[in-house]
Amino acid sequence: MKESNSNYQVFVVNSAKYLTLTTTKYDRRKKWQRLNDKEIRSFIPGSVIEVYVKPGQHLKAGEVILTLEAMKMYTRVTMPRDGVIKTLEVAKGERLPKDTLLATIE
Amino acid sequence: MSFKRNILDLRKRKKEAQQGGGEAAIEKQVAMGKKTARERIKAILDENSFHEYDLFVEHTGRDFNMEKKVLHGDGVIIGTGTMYNQPVAIYAQDFTVAGGSLGLMHARKITKIMDHALKMRVPLIGINDSGGARIQEGVNSLAGYGEIFYRNTNASGVIPQISVILGPCAGGAVYSPALTDFVFVVENISKMFITGPGVIKTVLGEEISMEELGGAMVHSEITGNAHFFAKSEDECFEQIKKLITFIPWNNSQKALRFPIQEPLLKKSIEEIVPTDPHHPYDIRDIIKAVTDGSDFFEIMEYFARNIVIGFGRIQGNTIGFVANQPMYLAGVLDCDSSDKAARFIRYCDAFNIPIVTLEDMPGYLPGVDQEHAGVIRHGAKLLYAYSEATVPKVTVIIRKAYGGGYIAMNSRHLGADFVFAWPTAEIAVMGPEGAANIVFKKEIDEAENPAEMRKQKIQEYKDKFANPFVAASKGYIDEVIEPSETRARLIHSLEVSGSKVDPRPEKKHGIPPF
Repeated sequence: MKESNSNYQVFVVNSAKYLTLTTTKYDRRKKWQRLNDKEIRSFIPGSVIEVYVKPGQHLKAGEVILTLEAMKMYTRVTMPRDGVIKTLEVAKGERLPKDTLLATIE
Repeated sequence: MSFKRNILDLRKRKKEAQQGGGEAAIEKQVAMGKKTARERIKAILDENSFHEYDLFVEHTGRDFNMEKKVLHGDGVIIGTGTMYNQPVAIYAQDFTVAGGSLGLMHARKITKIMDHALKMRVPLIGINDSGGARIQEGVNSLAGYGEIFYRNTNASGVIPQISVILGPCAGGAVYSPALTDFVFVVENISKMFITGPGVIKTVLGEEISMEELGGAMVHSEITGNAHFFAKSEDECFEQIKKLITFIPWNNSQKALRFPIQEPLLKKSIEEIVPTDPHHPYDIRDIIKAVTDGSDFFEIMEYFARNIVIGFGRIQGNTIGFVANQPMYLAGVLDCDSSDKAARFIRYCDAFNIPIVTLEDMPGYLPGVDQEHAGVIRHGAKLLYAYSEATVPKVTVIIRKAYGGGYIAMNSRHLGADFVFAWPTAEIAVMGPEGAANIVFKKEIDEAENPAEMRKQKIQEYKDKFANPFVAASKGYIDEVIEPSETRARLIHSLEVSGSKVDPRPEKKHGIPPF
């Protein structure tokens, strides 16, 4: 192979720059992102069975926000910490894809 | 005498049973670009060497009207034959009979031939082409799978086990191939998955085709489930026939010796490698420069391309090669490349194949995804496999051998028998750039021109440590050699290791970081 291969990319390992090709799997890898702790998102697709809270409501850690049905299982989505429901983004009966914003909290 | 009548009757029965699912089903099979199970066996084995057993086995399904159905051979063909005049055991699922679905008797036939293969210490080749469990037989088909997996595990490391995926192989069925040594797949024909596109769509709403989900290239490039990718069944059979020349028939034998050939190298070995350690080249060219006839049979060519594994011969003997590939991801170690190399090292060790390691890597792949994917646990497999292996182990350090990667790539410290280094080798705790940043941090920070100072300090470190002589002075490498000496050194060190004995503490088995 020739060094002049135009597909070579610069790849940094321990401050040194290397010329190299990448792989499909490497290119497709998911970049890590810090979780936004003010957002509650669905981790699987499913339907909203019931919503138990309203915006502005104060909740304690562990209290149920809503029930989500996914893969024939009812999953209770609970408050991760003490806080206030700022907005509700979904309503009863809605079918949701994965990673949908369900609610924002403060 | 009624012999003639009996014989004619037998012939008639055989002919009927050998038709499998009948003409219409065979036509369908051919229309999909597939060969029939019987054709496949014939294509793999020596001509006229196939001997079939259990042709007249019938299924035992008694529910859902199955009792009225005739399933010839219960959808699988088993037998023995030869490859290069050496005995092998083989089975092939017949998709034309009830979609090759696995019922109790189907599984019994497979386990029968597996038991034979293990007892007789001959390789087992399994051709998978099946719609999966025969639902009508319920838990019996689950029992069948389990009994196959159990035998795959028992036979592992004793006889070579080869899986050929020539059709669907879904659900529980996938675990038999996964337990075997080598998995062959063919573009547009092989499909492997636990859960199919239909269920994925219903449950998760993700739409994906069978080929995208579990096609041949996906398993060759992304999942690492497959070891050999072919564009056609014929190409696949040629790959199997080539692989089998490199491996011994069982774990108490050595691979067949071939006539010695010189490498067919046109240019000198030094010309392959750029002296700038930051520039890439194809490590396979170095392997070809040292193997007989420059023949290198690569395994898992598309998966974790930053490490190269495969078989070649030196002085007619099979050698397993493990080599960093600077051409891809600068040759770094990561989760996938560690898995790939570790399993291959264990294969070589189980089957008495010496291992030659060619090293040129800058360290581990940095990134959150790697750390969270468990690069500690996966990387440990490589250390484990090298340390555990008692076959002859020789390392040649071409250029970079930095840090943890230096240790992992069959260093003296993990039990390498011989370690050689080219004069271009850099054996150091890290690359000069990284090291200078740490060791000379104060000088660089306080300098009037930090960039200039940094450059100067990198050069200083390079001159002092980025060479093979520090490691050589401590005996960590046995000799610094000229590149052109590489083959001769390998030949001699492998010759010397011919009767190697390396006893280990007695144990049931170790606990590798699976």
